[in-house]
Amino acid sequence: MNMDFGVFCKSTLDGDPVQHCISSIFGISKNADPSYLDWLMQAWLWTIAVACLSLVIALVIGALMGTLRTLPNSSFGSRLLVRGATAWVELFRNIPILVQVFVWYHVIPSFVVPLKELPSYLLVSIALGFFTSARIAEQVRAGIQSLPSGQMAAATALGMNRIQSYRYVILPMALRIIIPPLTSEGMNVVKNSSVAFAVSVPELTLFAMQAQEETSRGIEIYLAATLLYALSAFAVNRLMTWIERRTRIPGFIGTSTDPSLAH
Amino acid sequence: MKASSFLVSGIRAALVASTLVCAHSAIASSATLDKIKSTGAVTMGVRESSIPMSYTTGDSRFDGFHIEVCRMILNDIKDKLGMSTLRINYQPVTAQNRMPLVQNGTVDIECGTTTNNTARQRDVSFANTLYVEEVRIAVKANSGINSISQLAGKKVATTTGTTSVQLLRKHEKATGVNFDEVFGKDHSDSFLLLESGRADAFVMDGSILAGNIANSRNPKDFKIVGEVLSVEPIAIMIRKDDPQFKADVNAAIAKIVANGSMPKLWDKWFLKPIPPKNSVVGLELSAATKNAWANLNDKPAEDYQKK
Repeated sequence: MNMDFGVFCKSTLDGDPVQHCISSIFGISKNADPSYLDWLMQAWLWTIAVACLSLVIALVIGALMGTLRTLPNSSFGSRLLVRGATAWVELFRNIPILVQVFVWYHVIPSFVVPLKELPSYLLVSIALGFFTSARIAEQVRAGIQSLPSGQMAAATALGMNRIQSYRYVILPMALRIIIPPLTSEGMNVVKNSSVAFAVSVPELTLFAMQAQEETSRGIEIYLAATLLYALSAFAVNRLMTWIERRTRIPGFIGTSTDPSLAH
Repeated sequence: MKASSFLVSGIRAALVASTLVCAHSAIASSATLDKIKSTGAVTMGVRESSIPMSYTTGDSRFDGFHIEVCRMILNDIKDKLGMSTLRINYQPVTAQNRMPLVQNGTVDIECGTTTNNTARQRDVSFANTLYVEEVRIAVKANSGINSISQLAGKKVATTTGTTSVQLLRKHEKATGVNFDEVFGKDHSDSFLLLESGRADAFVMDGSILAGNIANSRNPKDFKIVGEVLSVEPIAIMIRKDDPQFKADVNAAIAKIVANGSMPKLWDKWFLKPIPPKNSVVGLELSAATKNAWANLNDKPAEDYQKK
């Protein structure tokens, strides 16, 4: 197998070598025409942007929906909220992600016309964010339900209302417990962001498909894309491990003395 | 006079003899022909939706302009090998896997819509060109767009993994006209972008544009406009380093062209109703394609750009 990584230093316009191959990606100099490496870096930024935006949407909505699903069966209002949150989770985790992306890009904007003006990266982030929120909601619910019921009772005994109980007692513990599965979700979002290619976001997968066609150097191109995906997902892993370590409360559930078990 | 004519005929005899010897030893050394002969089967690479060049008509059946040509070629090769029957296995391929599948021997002859260019010629070989593609612009009929210069600042759709993406980039650089590019994941997706108004134009090979328009709900709503943006030879792809197989394929092609089948085939696939929907592609025979038939060659796309 003869590989030629020089392909990344070639111009995307005429295939000739560019002047500043490495330095241009650090912004030190600028190529007259972008090289495949410049394009790769730009595509990586798009992958990171879509993944981050989706993760923020997923964490906020996932935490909310997961919490709502654990509300006690006490009044009509709370029963309605539980049902609504359950419907949300079932809707978004029962449809394949690629189908959801197409629904958000093609179907919904044809009914809600203002959505047509939204850029495609925003629509795909909504789709990926909602999809992941259903999964995160279940983890949040599992975290909350793993706590002994005495915790809620104790909060109530201290005179806290429901919102305060969740805010100061239940969620701080539940969210610490579910950091390991959340790490997986964060890494999944990075990898799942590859569906954005299907709606014209110029991210890593789109780069790989297009550049391998133009250069006939598919193996080198896909190797680079694979490496950057792995690197991004691993960065999420490290970040979450760091958060896990920083937020750990000594003597509290979920603490392990062996740091290698943290991820 | 007599002596020289004797000499000429002697040389001719020697040439014929040596050609026969060469042909014989070459047959023995052609991996593809050996495989066809020993297995009684050949694997044809086909596309799923490249109407009318190479596409499925449902139930794992495949048909199209290039596929019919390939069947004629294989029939000729079958006769040449003295076989009574030759089974054709159809292997659907995509733009991403067609090259590796030909290189690793899964596919013996790829009859799709592959552009013959110098980069690909490093890895595979191409038969003589029978179809020259012109890259054009499809727009909505009521859009008032007639030329690429009117597309400045407009949304232009094209398909990921095609040479048209690079072509648009080059055009932007050369003319300073900027498009807002949107990328469909396949041709029908790109056409949907045009149909749903997410794109103002779809830049792609003329046959693909014509095929998508023909299959749309209201073909009259769309039209192909503007100048030819690029010319590319589309050819049948075969393995590299099998000159005997390539020579046989090219000999079969020469025969098909010589007996006048090509205009009939064009008529059948590009101007008459075709299965499965009995739609009409409606693409007139271009001067470039006609020229390719008259001067059979396997020149890469780069040679066409120079003209």
